[in-house]
Amino acid sequence: MAAISREEVAHLARLSRLAVTDEELDRFAGQLDVILQSVARIGDVAADDIPPTSHSVPLTNVYRDDVVQPCLRQEDVLAGAPDAAEGRFRVPRILDEEE
Amino acid sequence: MTAAQIAGLIASGETSAVEVATAHLDRIAAVDERVHAFLHVDREGALAAAADVDARRSRGEELGPLAGVPVAVKDVIATKGVPTTAASKILEGWTPPYDATLVERLRGAGTVMLGKTNMDEFAMGSSTEYSAYGPTNNPWDLGRIPGGSGGGSAASLAAYEAPLAIGTDTGGSIRQPGAVTGTVGAKPTYGGTSRYGLIAFSSSLDTPGPCARTVEDAALLHTVIGGYDPRDSTSIPQPVPDVVAAARLGATGDLTGVKLGIVKEFAGEGAEPGVIAAFRESVEALVKLGAEVVEVSCPHFEYALPAYYLIAPSEASSNLARFDGVRYGLRSGDDGKRSLEEVMSLTRDEGFGPEVKRRIILGTYALSSGYYDAYYGQAQKVRTLITRDFTSAFEQVDVLISPTTPFVAFPFGSRTSDPYQMYLSDLYTIPTNLYGGPAISVPCGLSEGLPVGFQIMAPTMADDRMYRVAAALESAVGTLTPPEL
Repeated sequence: MAAISREEVAHLARLSRLAVTDEELDRFAGQLDVILQSVARIGDVAADDIPPTSHSVPLTNVYRDDVVQPCLRQEDVLAGAPDAAEGRFRVPRILDEEE
Repeated sequence: MTAAQIAGLIASGETSAVEVATAHLDRIAAVDERVHAFLHVDREGALAAAADVDARRSRGEELGPLAGVPVAVKDVIATKGVPTTAASKILEGWTPPYDATLVERLRGAGTVMLGKTNMDEFAMGSSTEYSAYGPTNNPWDLGRIPGGSGGGSAASLAAYEAPLAIGTDTGGSIRQPGAVTGTVGAKPTYGGTSRYGLIAFSSSLDTPGPCARTVEDAALLHTVIGGYDPRDSTSIPQPVPDVVAAARLGATGDLTGVKLGIVKEFAGEGAEPGVIAAFRESVEALVKLGAEVVEVSCPHFEYALPAYYLIAPSEASSNLARFDGVRYGLRSGDDGKRSLEEVMSLTRDEGFGPEVKRRIILGTYALSSGYYDAYYGQAQKVRTLITRDFTSAFEQVDVLISPTTPFVAFPFGSRTSDPYQMYLSDLYTIPTNLYGGPAISVPCGLSEGLPVGFQIMAPTMADDRMYRVAAALESAVGTLTPPEL
């Protein structure tokens, strides 16, 4: 397996919406490299005919009857929000000015 | 005093639930500055719940077997009206508007919630050093780790701040802290306890379960929180096996006809000599009780740790996407000029600690195009092979046994610089999480004056078997008493 580069960590941090610092990038690149080298040996163990297990409990869709049930009140849901307005979550602008 | 004894005294009127709650709240006030097992103590709520139990008793209502007994709850579990942070800055000050199913059941059973216990942030860690609010100290030696991620829950028991506690086990986070604090920790069968209301880390592995000072107490608590929950799609629609009866049967000290399997592949895994010695002596004690010991081979267990460290971070990277500074918790950098995406990134950078960031990045890598098949896909195949190992082993023996951890509690800071060294703490506990079966850690002696844990693993939905063997071991080796704080 290829070693993980600092640039790759920076890209992954962007994908993960993590604004990591330069110092963190250096540290994570080194640590992730050690971790990935340690886990790489699983590549040798399972043959193509082994099915993957995604879950220990066989999963099926679970439906309930379509009956109205009590749910959280709007003010309870918004109570933990960093910002709310007019009964909704208020967020920073989503589009850049030129968009 | 055990939880069962406390409940008995309350039921008979020899003491009141309020007296019991007050005694534990006073103990927390006296020692928790040094132990730091709690992130939040709900004194008012605890006293109100205790007063309610006393009122119900005086009206002649029938009380459950744990009514009036205090319990501490790991801070990764939602508690209505009581702050819940998962030991992360990103949820500082958040108060859930609902109770987790297991908390509802605890309240329904008349237990008295004392507060929320410290943990590694989002349950990621093996030492409680990754709490954003500072570590918990092991009551056996305040300079050492109490295990993780449920170090607070385990330490609250060892420090006699609570007689019962709740933990969650994703890769060993109930059993491993139990082992290093000399307490009992049980991971039920995955799906045997509801995950509704848990702040998710790795959804296919996370399992809430009981922490206690005795096996019978753990079984009583397991019975209260376990069972089918329609709000959790992975909940198993079957009743919990009678684990209390199994614990009481085991406590008689007769294991005639019980076959114990020692995993051959665990032998070479570099456990400390003191841990191996305590384990071997305990095996001899079980043999004296009538058990037969058989060596079994689980050839894929050596790949469990690498598979886990690909699967768990992958699921975490997805689960933790919900912490985006929009619906709850922290928001950073919202100065009216920055975009949502910038605010999100700044919030997550400020809100998450180093272990959480490391795992999010690792998970994102393992799931990314070009690496998915080599890492995540292979790890899920290894999960199949490990499950087959368990199935084959349980055709030969009733339960599997091993030490719970390869080493006793280590000093703070001694493993934080090398994450993979830290991950080795969970070497013996992780295979069970990948398989989904139950496992329990019971104290089995001391090494260098520190507790050693003995792990018993059972087939899925055969939780009663492990309780029987655990109680038998407890009857043979006794419980451990930590030094005075």
